[in-house]
Parts: sequence; structure tokens; C-alpha cells
Amino acid sequence: MKMDNAKDQNTVTLDRRRDISQNPLCLSGKGVTRVFGTGRRQMTAVDHVDFEFRKGELVSIVGESGSGKTTLSRMLLGLLSTSDGEIWFEGKPRDISTRAKKRQYWKNIQAIFQDPFSSFNVFHKIDDVLLDCIRMTGGRDLPKEKKTELMTQACSFVNLKFEELTNKYPFELSGGQMQRLMIARIFLLKPRILLADEPTSMIDACSRATILDMLLNLRDEIGMTVIFITHDIGLAYYISDTVYIMEHGKFVEHGSADEVILSPKAPYTKRLISDVPKIHEAWDLSTVEG
Amino acid sequence: MAKTILEVRELTTKYVTRFREDVYAVDHVSLSIEEGKSLGIAGESGCGKSTLALSLMGYYFPPLHYMSGDSIVDGKNLSGMSPDDVRKNVLGSDVAYIPQAAMNALNPIRKIGAFIEDVIRAHDPARSRQDIRDMARKRFEELHLPQEALDKHAVELSGGMKQRVVIAVSTILSPKVLIADEPSSALDVTSQKVVIRMLKEMMEKGFIKSMIFITHELPLLYNVTDDIMVMYAGQIVERGSAKEMVFDPVHPYSRGLMRSILVPEDGTRANKLIAIPGTPPNLKKPPAGCRFAPRCRYAMPECQFNAYPIRDFAPGRSWRCARTPEHLKEVYAREDG
Repeated sequence: MKMDNAKDQNTVTLDRRRDISQNPLCLSGKGVTRVFGTGRRQMTAVDHVDFEFRKGELVSIVGESGSGKTTLSRMLLGLLSTSDGEIWFEGKPRDISTRAKKRQYWKNIQAIFQDPFSSFNVFHKIDDVLLDCIRMTGGRDLPKEKKTELMTQACSFVNLKFEELTNKYPFELSGGQMQRLMIARIFLLKPRILLADEPTSMIDACSRATILDMLLNLRDEIGMTVIFITHDIGLAYYISDTVYIMEHGKFVEHGSADEVILSPKAPYTKRLISDVPKIHEAWDLSTVEG
Repeated sequence: MAKTILEVRELTTKYVTRFREDVYAVDHVSLSIEEGKSLGIAGESGCGKSTLALSLMGYYFPPLHYMSGDSIVDGKNLSGMSPDDVRKNVLGSDVAYIPQAAMNALNPIRKIGAFIEDVIRAHDPARSRQDIRDMARKRFEELHLPQEALDKHAVELSGGMKQRVVIAVSTILSPKVLIADEPSSALDVTSQKVVIRMLKEMMEKGFIKSMIFITHELPLLYNVTDDIMVMYAGQIVERGSAKEMVFDPVHPYSRGLMRSILVPEDGTRANKLIAIPGTPPNLKKPPAGCRFAPRCRYAMPECQFNAYPIRDFAPGRSWRCARTPEHLKEVYAREDG
């Protein structure tokens, strides 16, 4: 019996027939640009990119280091202003001009970052991290038992045991556990958009499967849009509905995961795919410069 | 039969914590590598891969302590040597080690050429400067590295170039074994490919006689090494050729690892990604029986109490499990439908 349970819990079947093209737009942008510096030292990190992310869609933005992925994600989060172009949120131009409006916007968009070790305040216990989320979603006056129940539920969603975590500090957990705790936060906050910036690059391949599994479950559970930022093209192919390929601040190609990865058109995408080690095809080491 | 370059017999090492607790991070590990071959070590974080690398070089520093067993490189037993002895007579000439953050190890105020001088002088103080320069130039040319890099500082080089330079510097004396611990995990895919090509070239040209490659990226191991060994909680659980290990793993843990592979290839999207539940055990108090039993889907009640030794079941293949390879393969075939 135990064996069957374990099997069910750890099997991910992705429904590849999902049609999201009719879903309403969640986040979109036109001509989004970010320029750093002035004069001779001017550098365009993100160069007039257009995108449309729909509700419930799992989008990956793939590119090498320095391609502008993180700058774009910071603009989407509202942590960095745009130099040009406009971002729409749920059909309306996004307004984050005041602090109050920004706070309101952040209730809808949440992020998981690359480095789990620096995502938490080291002075706050895990209970505080989760209680904060309950307070933010209007649960400030709930009785203590109800709060504990919510926290227990969130932890069990990511296969953590709340009884073992309570009264501990984040640094007492492993990297994989911390990243799962981040997902538990998202479970409590139930945002419309989740922006995951390389959430698995600092943890090993085995825990990576668990994290991806949980992200997918969470997406299905609360129907949010997930924007996945990564340099790992294999991961992007596995997880996403739509893939955007970014090079030097521009989207060189986008489309459904099958389209982009199996029949890439842009030379950059082709190179990126050929540089990844594979297991069924030969890995041609002679095609690389340097 | 090819000459055995590295032979490790029942090597056991431990960490001693602040509270005087013993943590056996490498537990009775035996392995051997022949000339011209490479071995990959795979496993989750914290399963003892990097500790094994340090232990087989004989490079013990507290809190890491040697317990028992031998590590023999080309007839020289490294176990029980003092760290000073290892540094002077083993590192660089017999064994070269590239740690995870190797590219950040370069002193920013010295030029690359100076590091090469240090490595050679440590083993041969009488060498003339001109001699060393010539040797460095020749090696850089053979490895297709720009010779100008010798007169540059580390900050002037890109990440991928720095990593290649570190590899070239640490193998300048043509060591018998190169231990590369995640040499490419901090690099992007293109730089990673260049580093891997260089490592392969070094094997072909005989600059290194054998290689141990440590990473958790299985597609990479599959493309780089001849054999793969899977470690779990300080022990080897399975060993075989790269192809057999990726396409036909026997141990439930190896199978779990292989099922976590993500590659951009047709068909992988439809496959189910299966994660291994739970976390590796705390080695302060390892499980009494099979160490993987608490996380194993195929565990029997007796697995909790009985530890099984690693044994061979085919030429070059060994496993550590209560169930026979035939039985496990049958179960896997049934599951895959």
C-alpha cells in the first residue's frame, strides 16, 4: 500500500493537450526596453521585446548569462522601471506609480529566486515567514489554530512536515527544503503570476524533479501563470507550454515548446540546443568555437 | 590488460564534528581505473562525492580524518601520508584536483604565467625560468589556449577561459589522475562544451592518464566518461559503463537519478519525471540496514535491518541491493509497460 502511495505522489503526468490560446491575457508587454548608463557607456539590456502571457500558461524565457533575462524579470516584478514600452496587467496598463499601488500589484505577482540561501531573512523563524503570508492575504485575525492548520497544509503540499520546521530558522534547512518552503509561501499567497528565476539551478538534479513537480501541481491547483526563467533548455522543454528564446536583450524566437525545441529556426536557438549534452543523440564537440 | 592507474581498496574516512560526533562520509569504497579511462561519480548533494575525491588524494585536513583502506596511484600508496607530503610529492605530479570553484581560486594580483611557475617549482626547484616559460607556451599551444593569457591577470579572462586556464595550470606536470569536481557547473552551456572538449583532448594527447569526473548532471557524465559510479550516503550503490547506467540502471536509487534527467530531445516531454521521495539520511546516525531503504519503493521489511555488500553481477557491473538485478529489471519493465 505504501509503495502505491509513493508512486502516485511522485508521478507527474503533464497534460500536453491543454489549450491556453483562448485564455484571457494575464501579462503582456509591447516594446519593453531597459537601458543602463549614458553616452558611450550606454548599454541596452532589454531591447524592445513584445510578449503575451495568458492565464494559466507556463512560459519559459531561455537565454545564456548576460542575455537580459534577469533584467526583464525585474521589470516584470516592478523592481526596475522600464526605459521604454508598456506592460499590461490583466488587460489594463500596469500602474505602479505609488507605493500603495506597487504593494497591490505585488499581491498578484510573486517570485522565487535562484539562491534559496539568500531568499530568507536569517533572523526570522520559519513560522514568521509563513505567518507573514497569512497576514498578507487578510488572515491577521484568524484564531491561532486556524493559522497553524493553514501552515501545516501549506507545508504538506510541498512534502515538508510543519511540526519539524516550527521554531527552526531557515538556515537549518537544506537548499532543496528552502526552495520548497518558498513554494509553500506561494501556496498560501495564491498570486495570479509566479515568476521563477532559475529556481533549480543551485540544487541537484534529483531535488530539481521534486521542485518542478510541485510547481506544476501548484499551477494546476490555483491556476496561476508561471514565468520560468532559465538557461537550461532541457528543463524549459519539459515544463513549459510556450518558450521564448532571448539573445542580447531580444526575443529571437518564440512559440510552443515542441515548435521551438524540436524544429528551431533561429541560428542562436540551434546553437543553444546543440551545446547541451544529450543522451539519445550524439554530442558533437567539434562545432564549438574557442 | 591495461595498466591500473588508480586503485582504491575499502577506503573509509570520517568527519569529526564540533560535538565529537563521527560522520562516515566515505564508507568502505573500492574502485579502480585503468590507463586511458575515465570514471564519473554521480549522486545527490551531500552523498560524499567531493569527500571521496579529497580522500583518494590522501589530502586530509581536520575535520576530515583517515580511518582505513588504501588509495594507490601507480604503485604509490597515498593513504597515511602527511598533508605536507601529499602537497609536495603527489598534488600536481601524480594527482591533479580541480575543485568546484576553481576559477575563483586564481590570485587576482598575479599573472597566469606565475601560477605555472609555482606549480613546476614546487616539484622541481632547479628549473630555469626560461625553461618553464617554454613548457607553458608549448602546453597552451597544444591545448589551443591563447599564449597571451600567460601574461594576463585572472580578471582579464572570461569565466570559461579562466576554468580552462586553471585546468591547464594544474595539469602542467602531466599527472596520472585528474579529479574534476563539477568543473563546468558554474558555466553556461557553450563554455561548458569548450571545457569538456579540452578535457577529452587532454586524455587523447596523454597529458592526463585517467580522469575522475564528479557531477550530478547525468547527461554530461554520459557524454564524458567511460564508466559511471553512483554514490549514496557515502557508499557506492552501483557501477557500470556509462551506457548501461543511463539506459539500464539496476539499483532503485540509480534508476531514480536516471529518471530525473532532462534533455531537449523528442519524447522527453511525454515521459514522466519521477522524483525520489525524502532526503538522504543524516550520516551521524545512518540507517542500520540498507541506507536507501527508508526512501526505496521496492524495500522489503528486512531491508531496514540488513546491510548488503556491493557485489558483481556482470563483467564491470556491480550493485548493492537485496533484490537481484533480474528481479529489479523485471519490475521496472512491468512499470514502464
